[in-house]
Amino acid sequence: MTSIDLYRTVRLIRRFEERAIEFVRSGEIVGGIHPYVGQEAIAAGVCAALRADDLITSTHRGHGHVLAKGVNPARMFAELMGRESGLNKGRGGSMHAADFSLGILGANAIVGAAGSIATGAAWAQRRLGKSTVAATFFGDGAVNEGMLLEAFNLAALWNVPVLFVCENNGYATTMPVDSAVAGSITGRAKAFGMPAFTIDGQDPEKVLAATTAAVERARAGKGPTFLECTTYRFDAHHTFEHRARLNYRSNEELAAGWSRDPVEIQGARLSLDDRAAVDTEIEALLDAAAGIALGSAHPDPDAALQYLYASPEVFS
Amino acid sequence: MPKLSYLKALNRALGDELEADERVFVLGEDVRVAASNLTAGLFGRFGPERVLDTPLSEQAFTNFATGAALAGMRPVIEFQIPSLLFLVFEQIANQAHKLSLMSGGQCKVPVTYVVPGSGSRTGWAGQHSDHPYSLFAHVGVKTVVPATPADAYGLLLSAIRDDDPVVVFAPSGALGFRDDVDFSTLAPVPLGVGRVARAGSDVTVVALGHLVQDAIAVADELAGEASIEVFDPRTVYPLDVEGLAASVARTRRLVVIDDSNRTSGFGAEVLAVAAERFELDAPPRRVTRPDGAVLPFALALDRAVQPGRDDLVAAIRGVLGRNAK
Repeated sequence: MTSIDLYRTVRLIRRFEERAIEFVRSGEIVGGIHPYVGQEAIAAGVCAALRADDLITSTHRGHGHVLAKGVNPARMFAELMGRESGLNKGRGGSMHAADFSLGILGANAIVGAAGSIATGAAWAQRRLGKSTVAATFFGDGAVNEGMLLEAFNLAALWNVPVLFVCENNGYATTMPVDSAVAGSITGRAKAFGMPAFTIDGQDPEKVLAATTAAVERARAGKGPTFLECTTYRFDAHHTFEHRARLNYRSNEELAAGWSRDPVEIQGARLSLDDRAAVDTEIEALLDAAAGIALGSAHPDPDAALQYLYASPEVFS
Repeated sequence: MPKLSYLKALNRALGDELEADERVFVLGEDVRVAASNLTAGLFGRFGPERVLDTPLSEQAFTNFATGAALAGMRPVIEFQIPSLLFLVFEQIANQAHKLSLMSGGQCKVPVTYVVPGSGSRTGWAGQHSDHPYSLFAHVGVKTVVPATPADAYGLLLSAIRDDDPVVVFAPSGALGFRDDVDFSTLAPVPLGVGRVARAGSDVTVVALGHLVQDAIAVADELAGEASIEVFDPRTVYPLDVEGLAASVARTRRLVVIDDSNRTSGFGAEVLAVAAERFELDAPPRRVTRPDGAVLPFALALDRAVQPGRDDLVAAIRGVLGRNAK
């Protein structure tokens, strides 16, 4: 994984999100999204350390993880727009985006829920004789969810090849992390006997290095690792904030956040020509992706409950 | 013929499926020592990777099973206390059940949740005595309440082989029930297909689980008075509406006995189906726990809250147009 590849990923996520926010404003995306702007280095660094057959689970703020794991942006846009050609055929939307063919077991809209799903999936993969690992993303708010702490215990106890990736962006919706977390975030993991590190979540290369070590450890059968990635959410918790104008962060704080922009941090490692070439490539890719999504069919209302059961015959 | 108990039938089904399919594994609290007897002998036969003793972490291990299912396994979770299902309702109703639709059909979640000892177990009081099958039916999770040893075996087998989450409620009152069973006839019982447990022509009594035996006893007791058919749906969801319709078409009278709370319960559902679909000669009746019931500890109070044979007799006489004696 080269510097240019990491830059391509953070730039792709950034521009995808900025376009998605525009699609929320124009009404093409109904219901809004939780923008990942500012946190791109974590998805890019973690997923760069994973193999294609490794698994991830994601959060309600999941676009970056899904894109970094390699989904087709056109199918991702289409999913956000509720189109039949979307990743989930328009049945999941932003908070449930999944692509099982790429090991993406899904974004999850319940905070802390996916950690135990990833633990079970990683355990099962090992049982089935595979050497894959699972990475599960969650925010700082999730470390107060008992279900996630239970998952830490199971994973550590059973040496499950899972990486717990905490994206500490400073806020659980509007609750500052200092008002929410007693003790420390890494202390949660250390209490279960798991190695836990705090790393700079704005620098894709630092995230990649830390994740690579954790993946090697997991593949070697040494169990889970916890990575607290410090980051900052540059945009709203959810696009509804653009209307609600919730007042919980100062302009000074926001400016300080933007001063450590992962796109710039990684971009500065490239030549101006290389960077411009990637930017042009990404714009063309997203232009095409948006065009495909906008031209895709809406699902047939008669099929609203299609896929409700994997074995539907008893309901016919 | 040899006798088979209901609990032993569940145990046998688990053992047979563990034997038949490497992807099947059992997890839960105290499954190694088989505290409830459901998993008796299985740890010794299959070892710790297939009979996974879990810490007390219900929410995590329920989602853990979902994750394992997504990765290709077929987990069976044992919950030894029915009220634990309240604790993991999110993990079953909001995660496991929804993943197929939300992913646009990309995945299957073949997890089975078995509760050996649902309902009153006499003396276990408010937080250990619920029988929450109606909740799962309401959200659309496949929900099974077997009544006989052969059905316990066959329905658990079908639940494990089903590609969706299935909750199997084994009522406490049924666990010790024994039946003459020719073991060679034990076979999967399809989900969603009810059975006539006792034929009759004057009134259909719908009963589930341990209440099927009560309904049969009442039918025998009233045999000189009325010809009572007992219909056992076996699965609460999906409900065998056609089977029920065929029974009611013969009897044109309907009573349901349901060991769950009255409002929005299974009994209410059966009566709603009747109102929409059936022609009846008398208004149907339901015998249930009271609204919002919490099982009190003292034995007489526990019994007073559960639907009993006397209540059933009164309801049957009511739909037959006769006063209770």
